[in-house]
Amino acid sequence: MSREPAVTARPTPAVLARVDVAPDAIHTAAPTLRIHQLTASYGERVAVRDVSLECAPGRVTAIIGPSGCGKSSLLRCVNRLHESVVDARVSGAVHLDGRDVYAHDVDPVEIRRRIGFVSQRPTPFPMMSIRDNVVAGLRAATPRLDARALDACVERTLRRVGLWDEVARRLDDDPASLSGGQQQRLCLARALAPEPRLLLLDEPTASLDPLSTQRVEELVYTLRGDVTVLIVTHNLQQAARVSDTTAFMLDGELIEAARTRALFTTPADARTEAYITGRFG
Amino acid sequence: MPRTARGGEQTTLQARRRRSAIMTSLVWCASAICLLPLVLITAHLLVGGARVLGPRFFTALPTPPGVSGGGIANGIAGTLLLLLVAAAIGLPIGLGAGLFLAERTRTRLAETVRFLADVLSGLPSIVIGIFVWELIVRPSGQFSALAGGVALGVLMIPLITRATEAMVQLVPNALREAALALGYSRARTSLTIVLRTALPGIVTASLLAVARVAGETAPLLFTAFGTPYWSLRLDAPIAALPLQIFNYATSPYDDWRAQAWGGALVLIVLVFALSWLARRVTESRRERLNATVAGGAAE
Repeated sequence: MSREPAVTARPTPAVLARVDVAPDAIHTAAPTLRIHQLTASYGERVAVRDVSLECAPGRVTAIIGPSGCGKSSLLRCVNRLHESVVDARVSGAVHLDGRDVYAHDVDPVEIRRRIGFVSQRPTPFPMMSIRDNVVAGLRAATPRLDARALDACVERTLRRVGLWDEVARRLDDDPASLSGGQQQRLCLARALAPEPRLLLLDEPTASLDPLSTQRVEELVYTLRGDVTVLIVTHNLQQAARVSDTTAFMLDGELIEAARTRALFTTPADARTEAYITGRFG
Repeated sequence: MPRTARGGEQTTLQARRRRSAIMTSLVWCASAICLLPLVLITAHLLVGGARVLGPRFFTALPTPPGVSGGGIANGIAGTLLLLLVAAAIGLPIGLGAGLFLAERTRTRLAETVRFLADVLSGLPSIVIGIFVWELIVRPSGQFSALAGGVALGVLMIPLITRATEAMVQLVPNALREAALALGYSRARTSLTIVLRTALPGIVTASLLAVARVAGETAPLLFTAFGTPYWSLRLDAPIAALPLQIFNYATSPYDDWRAQAWGGALVLIVLVFALSWLARRVTESRRERLNATVAGGAAE
């Protein structure tokens, strides 16, 4: 097990340069995500309590907070994955471009096809080749695609996540032959292949080495503008490096959400300050 | 520490070593005894059965007592057909029930099904034979290959159900969620991701289930019934290796009894082959799953 990059790890200049860009400076097709008074629970245990949060289109929003504060649960409510757990309950609304994903006439399967999701641990499908893994989501959404279109998509997406040069000659291999970092980038490719406009990342680098972590962060950076990204991380430096807006959660509640630089330099809430200065969590 | 400490340590160490040696030899003996019946049976069958083995044994039909030669061709074909029918019934039902149990673990219905599957697998096979006799043979008025296949299929159902459940539960939940998050429906997730990932394990279990019912005699006595003639019809009595062995072994004719040994040898080789195949499938599965899981966790 290797650690996350140390506190002193220097972000790439490109990442540093854009922290001050105003969230509304980009015109994009990416959707606005509005979470409105969302409460989520597992049986008796309330994981997310009355959270309202807005994610600007084409921007990266990070959710930070100590373990068990409900940040993953909040993320999983956005693509309605939360409800796949027995006893799980949700109230409130999640508006994607003005449409509530919890409206009665909305099919969760349809919603999930439009939202990319990458979990903490790499989850390549073991009985499929690398190629089939990349286009798995695409195939589910559009059953009849000709081989050439699929091949083009495989190459384009793998190049996007920086994996093409490493796997180009073994696309038919089992993904088990890849390293953990490669597997996670494969999962990113799988999530990106259907060209989602919203990407949910649940601690995507938690099980990765520093180099793979950097690659994933750079990828998130290149997605800005085209894709709205919501990333959960327990790594404060990562939140500072990749996000435009940061939200701090504690015990299921949203304590504060602000421009990343503002939140890390002049937090409005004493609890936020206590957390980012390492006094707990 | 008292003066005797050193000496005391010495004795306890010796005592522990002695106890360890005794226990090791006991479990070693248990393992040896566990293997002994199989080794003895195989040796005995080789000695008794090898005499009658020859090309004719596999290609000829049984002959009447007193007529030399004759083989078990119809028995081999019959057993294969019965296993085919049994698999056609046991596999889909067992797979479906196993998938249900794994995906709906805690519901009342699942608890009931799980309990009844265990009861069914503990039921004496002759009872299942009687059940199928009542169900098919009596209404249709004749013994048949179909009835024999159904009886063996019913025997396979609980085996495959519980094995499928166990294999499906081994599939990490994160994989299921990854598929759902990609926009797979529940059904598609179960069939293409979960079942596919668990498939090698299920194939192994199915092969073992086939091997397990291949030697069943009791449920065939009043369903498939057996015949000395060549038949591959589903609606007529059919020959089967275990039935032939049973008939030959209890007959007063020397050459028939010799052929019973031969038939038993063929049957045991069939079971060996199925078990070996099942092992091979399991090994390749283990390599793949380990590589995926270890690769994901190592960093």
